[in-house]
Amino acid sequence: MSGESATSTNPGLSNSGSTKPLETGRLSRLLQRSEAARGFSLLSPTLLIMFIGVAVPFGILIVMSFWTQLGFNFDTSLTLANYESFGERAIYGALLKRSLWMSSAATIATVLLCYPMAYFVAFHIHRNKMIWIVLITLPFWTSYLLRVFAWKVVLGYEGVINSALMHLGLIKAPLEFLLYSQSAVVITLAHAWAAFAILPMYVSLEKIDKSLLEAATDLGDGPVRRFFRITLPLSLPGVISASLLIFIPTTGDYITPALLGGPDGAMIGNLIQKQFGAINNWPMGATLSIILMLSIATIALVFMFATNFVRKRIS
Amino acid sequence: MSSQSYIHRPNRPLQVYAAIFLIVLYVPVLFLPLFSFNDSIYVKFPLKGFTTQWYVELFHREPVWAALMNSVKVGVTTSLIATGLGVFAAKAITRYRIPGRGPLVGFIMLPLVVPGIIFGVALLVLLSQMGIPLSLYTVTIGHVIVCLPFAIATMIPRFEGFDPSVEEASADLGENAWWTFWRVTFPIVFPGILASLLLTFTVSFDEFIMAFFLSGSDPTLPMYIWGQLRFPKEFPSILAMASIILLASFILVFIGQWINRDAQSKTLANEEE
Repeated sequence: MSGESATSTNPGLSNSGSTKPLETGRLSRLLQRSEAARGFSLLSPTLLIMFIGVAVPFGILIVMSFWTQLGFNFDTSLTLANYESFGERAIYGALLKRSLWMSSAATIATVLLCYPMAYFVAFHIHRNKMIWIVLITLPFWTSYLLRVFAWKVVLGYEGVINSALMHLGLIKAPLEFLLYSQSAVVITLAHAWAAFAILPMYVSLEKIDKSLLEAATDLGDGPVRRFFRITLPLSLPGVISASLLIFIPTTGDYITPALLGGPDGAMIGNLIQKQFGAINNWPMGATLSIILMLSIATIALVFMFATNFVRKRIS
Repeated sequence: MSSQSYIHRPNRPLQVYAAIFLIVLYVPVLFLPLFSFNDSIYVKFPLKGFTTQWYVELFHREPVWAALMNSVKVGVTTSLIATGLGVFAAKAITRYRIPGRGPLVGFIMLPLVVPGIIFGVALLVLLSQMGIPLSLYTVTIGHVIVCLPFAIATMIPRFEGFDPSVEEASADLGENAWWTFWRVTFPIVFPGILASLLLTFTVSFDEFIMAFFLSGSDPTLPMYIWGQLRFPKEFPSILAMASIILLASFILVFIGQWINRDAQSKTLANEEE
């Protein structure tokens, strides 16, 4: 309803029958005069929902990270106990480090594997580009759980790969390292996020002015030099956003490690989930979530700073 | 630029790579339907024989239907709310100069990037502190937050793609805001709204992480599947269920993207400038 009065260009008509004509009149006049006010009133329902659903819960999560668990209740006096136990118990730090490492590996693999595909669609597809884009991004929209589950079927102890290889007589016993390992998690993460990685890289490759490439060729650059001196530097913004778009969400993933990771492949997300489930120490779970967010934010900032620096050096 | 230009010479290795890429993207998922018709409870080669018994069994299972109905209820509510809010938000973002627009849009788009588990536990903590019991309603709240960025991102190209002077003309000719919206804006952005409804429904229908933390005693379909994963003998029926869900999702998303394709290709082309 706020939308109708917000876009009101003829307040007398649209608000007829209102109980407080004077007040709505004043409101409409403000809305008419100020573009920002109109914009805000259209945006306000969304912002309100996001505030209640994101900002407030985050605030409470931060507060809770300073509480402690007392049986089934919380001790709400503020202490740093959880943060201290994060420092003391090596398992927490080790899991966090492993998560960051595994999602870095998945990010690098995804970006390297997706870049040629984005390049192909941007430079070598001339008709029906949209079909290609839809085809590539289609899996991303469908159930994450089921795509991870599909990899369990493929990599399983008696799964597709092992049983096919055994059936063909290439191996005698199933390859055990396929499932329940870090590599299984990294493969699955890379596959699951591929669709997401291609879009930003495609957009920045598509933006490149083709006459620059022609100029480079005219001035004697071969295809390889042309790629490294023009295409790659100009597409770096896309590569950077793709990297962040994969790295940030995968660090907190817990479905993939839970289904495919086994004990070696567990990530910090699994531990957070356990704190809110079986272990039932919510304040510790809140602390781990905050630490995870802080580490992600720090790495993302350092990464952006570093790539900015490199880009300035190049150009 | 002609496609015969030396820069656009067909690149054979790259074409092969693209073909392999698409195959690898789709094949793991295609094993699910393949084995769902296999006459064995073990998911392994060689295939035993063709059967539809897993689908028949699924059809007769009460909890599956209950979970399906839960997911549909949550999905429909979520897509209506997210799309309804998204229309106004997309209009505000594209049409008006708002101070602090960049950070605000960044804030709204956060759920696309921040790990789902963080949103899940944060909302869980809020709800429990407020004493609100977990139910399908709380799942819907979580899904609206996850789906809003998708709805807005789907509709922004629509609003960018049409000339604001059409709306101004309608206002100048004496139509009030309400009717301008219904008779001018709505028909033009309608494909975007339809696409957004389909896409957000699919995202909600398939969403697992929020549902994991915010579900009460009524499971959504992904939650039900998660629960069944523990039992090896349920594997084939999960395969059958997964195949149906994936097929339905692919169709819905494809239709959604297809309806909105001209707006999307326009934005992609605009960004070229």
